Amino acid sequence: MPNRQLPPETKDAIAYTLELKPFRKFILDNGVAVYAIDAGAEEVVQLELVFKAGNWYEPANLVASATNYLLKNGTSQKNAFHINEHFEYYGSYLNRACYNETAALSLHSLTKHLRQLLPVIQELISDSVMPEAELDIYRQNMKQKLVVNLRKCDFVANRLIDEYVFGIDHPYGKYSSTIAYDALQPEQLRRFFDRYYVNGHCCIFVAGRLPADIEPLLNKTFGSLPLNQIPIPDVTHPVEAATEKKYRIINDPKGIQGAIRMARPFPGIHHPDFTRVQVLNMLFGGYFGSRLMSNIREDKGYTYGIQSYIQNHLHETAWMISTEAGTAVCEATIEEVYKEMQILREKQVEEGELLLVKNYIIGTILGDLDGPFHILGRWKNIILNQLGEDYFYKSITDIKSITVKEVRELANQYLQPEAFYELVVV
Amino acid sequence: MIQFEQFVLQNGLRVVVHEDHSTPMAVVNVMYDVGARDEDPAKTGFAHLFEHLMFGGSVHIPSYDEPLQRAGGENNAYTTNDLTNYYCQLPAENIETAFWLESDRMLSLAFGEKSLETQRKVVSEEFKEHYLNKPYGDAWHKLRKLAYTQHPYSWMTIGAELSHIENATLEDVKHFFFKHYCPINAILTVAGHVTTDQVKELAEKWFGDIPSGKKYIRNLPQEPRQTAPRRMEVHAGVPVDALYTCWHICSRTDSRYHATDLLTEVLSGGASSRLFQSLVKEKQLFSNISCYHFGSIDPGLVTIEGKLVKGVKIEDAEAAVETEIQKIKDTVIEEKELQKVKNKTESLITFEDMSLMNRAGSLSFYTLLGNANLINDELARYQQVSAAEIQQEAHTIFNPDNSTTLYYLSNQQ
Repeated sequence: MPNRQLPPETKDAIAYTLELKPFRKFILDNGVAVYAIDAGAEEVVQLELVFKAGNWYEPANLVASATNYLLKNGTSQKNAFHINEHFEYYGSYLNRACYNETAALSLHSLTKHLRQLLPVIQELISDSVMPEAELDIYRQNMKQKLVVNLRKCDFVANRLIDEYVFGIDHPYGKYSSTIAYDALQPEQLRRFFDRYYVNGHCCIFVAGRLPADIEPLLNKTFGSLPLNQIPIPDVTHPVEAATEKKYRIINDPKGIQGAIRMARPFPGIHHPDFTRVQVLNMLFGGYFGSRLMSNIREDKGYTYGIQSYIQNHLHETAWMISTEAGTAVCEATIEEVYKEMQILREKQVEEGELLLVKNYIIGTILGDLDGPFHILGRWKNIILNQLGEDYFYKSITDIKSITVKEVRELANQYLQPEAFYELVVV
Repeated sequence: MIQFEQFVLQNGLRVVVHEDHSTPMAVVNVMYDVGARDEDPAKTGFAHLFEHLMFGGSVHIPSYDEPLQRAGGENNAYTTNDLTNYYCQLPAENIETAFWLESDRMLSLAFGEKSLETQRKVVSEEFKEHYLNKPYGDAWHKLRKLAYTQHPYSWMTIGAELSHIENATLEDVKHFFFKHYCPINAILTVAGHVTTDQVKELAEKWFGDIPSGKKYIRNLPQEPRQTAPRRMEVHAGVPVDALYTCWHICSRTDSRYHATDLLTEVLSGGASSRLFQSLVKEKQLFSNISCYHFGSIDPGLVTIEGKLVKGVKIEDAEAAVETEIQKIKDTVIEEKELQKVKNKTESLITFEDMSLMNRAGSLSFYTLLGNANLINDELARYQQVSAAEIQQEAHTIFNPDNSTTLYYLSNQQ
């Protein structure tokens, strides 16, 4: 019979040496860089084309996301149905996604079908025609989806908090509207497509069990396209943060929960404090055992969940606290969040708690390096954010070495209530 | 091919081991053979409430999460109408911590009044967040109630109503625990950088002395065959009209299951599927539409759900869905379309198997179904489905007398 009072011996996760399998890099004839991880047990492949075609570069609201969406909706040779049927016939998934700086087209497929799929991807990024009828359907359905979403307090709150922190004209702060959908024109999308995809700037990430000839294969498919020839303009967008800090909004008079968002501007991923602040954030509201969860969910039962996180932006960013709570306890929840900030500023955390958080973070990274897609995902973040190839190891060192004293200093520097915007949407 | 070994402890705990030495991690998955279908109709939502209470401390260990996180692990759990599953992943060298934690809470919970009090509130907020404070959030409450007159699939895992959770007592909780949370009703799956010998030793050490418990014999009221269409209309403060229709289907272990699954793929698996192409793209009656089922163990439901384009009459939208259904009943699907849904299923299975956690979960699930080998047979079963079988399923399922339709209408025109 085991002694159940006595926890088994454990090895601290921070004692592990983490290794991020290096990528292989090669350059196609037109200068497009390819980052490859050849690994894994299953015969699968993930291929992602990342363009500098995010809403950072769009001439009018929603042009970048609409163009990205319509990449799959028609070329001069194939209509939307034929394109979808082709990828689905081979059991593959072709997804597109539009972000702030970048926009991507990504394929998940069994390795054996890759050859049948690449030529059509090439066709999509060089010959999409943005059919007007497809834009009309997209517009109609997106407007309807928006109207439904606007009934949800969390959706409304996410939009407004970004607007307060970055300003409505900044790519990180602007959002969709039925007016903006109505204003979209096929010609406008075609121009954007031509500039930012056909003649745009692209890099490629490929992972999985790769065919032996992956390099010539990709070069044959994408290497002679007019990509990476004309530089993408250097655009800047000034942040225009709101002066008023506190907001209470009634979106649904019958609502029984409020969406709470609290956010402060944060310098971004290149700031020397970034990784160490991630440790503080984890402790504060970044995992199930965090201070915010322990107090506000597990002790008070005000909410199903509360999180804090730093938004993943390339430039300046925001540190955010996010939860939904019963309308009667929204104000009490906010008060508890400030209390937890105060405790972190005033009272040094116990060594044991910090060690737990470090072990948890390292353990999570270990678990997350599960398979080629996740490994390349880590590299992609490093490459697109231009963090340098030693970033992974530098950040591991930062995580392992931060002290309780530094945690408190960071809390004093950043967890100041005056710096936070505060919003409740019912 | 996923390799695994199985053994059973003296107390009846079934154990599955899947070795994978390409990772430094291990997954420990404990599946309990209890879901919302096993609840008393007057005390629904218990299986799910329990999932929360399982983190509120066990008999020798005040907190589950803390020691696990200290060991570099993370965990979660979910409850369905059929089962409750707990899983954690941690560096393999620390695997004993997971055995210690999971075995202690199988032995007994701490049953603190404070933990119950808090989790009642947390679950109430979850109920509000997901089902009450969302447009269309209560649609499935209504559909289940209408589609099932006898079988306990008539309520959702979160519970039939908030009051059942709010009124839960510590006595209720203890009764539920000792009835269901015991070795004889559980499956332990360990996967990753471990050996079978090591798992045998640890399972014996930590779970071996837990009293077996009484085998739970499931004896649920079966749903009688539906003999006439059922309909319901709801008017609510939603922005657009929505249509839901569901039909009864076979159980998860029925030989017809794979054909049923592929039928839903033909109808709505992706942007080249029939419903999307015809009703969203060509006729533009719906802004989105999908056809799905939950893969439930007892006879389940297949559902077609869509939001209407503003201005479209719901009767016209429903008629258009029926036209598509008639088509698949009248004409056998072509070889290319059949191959497409099979190819899709093949890659879906391959992608799922990439994750260690998924493999552990699947092994537990198939063991619960009665045969862990099913994990390696699934693909072949899909490959064997013929076009004629899919057509036959369409006839069996899409019979108007077998249907339940919900008009979820906007009162804000």
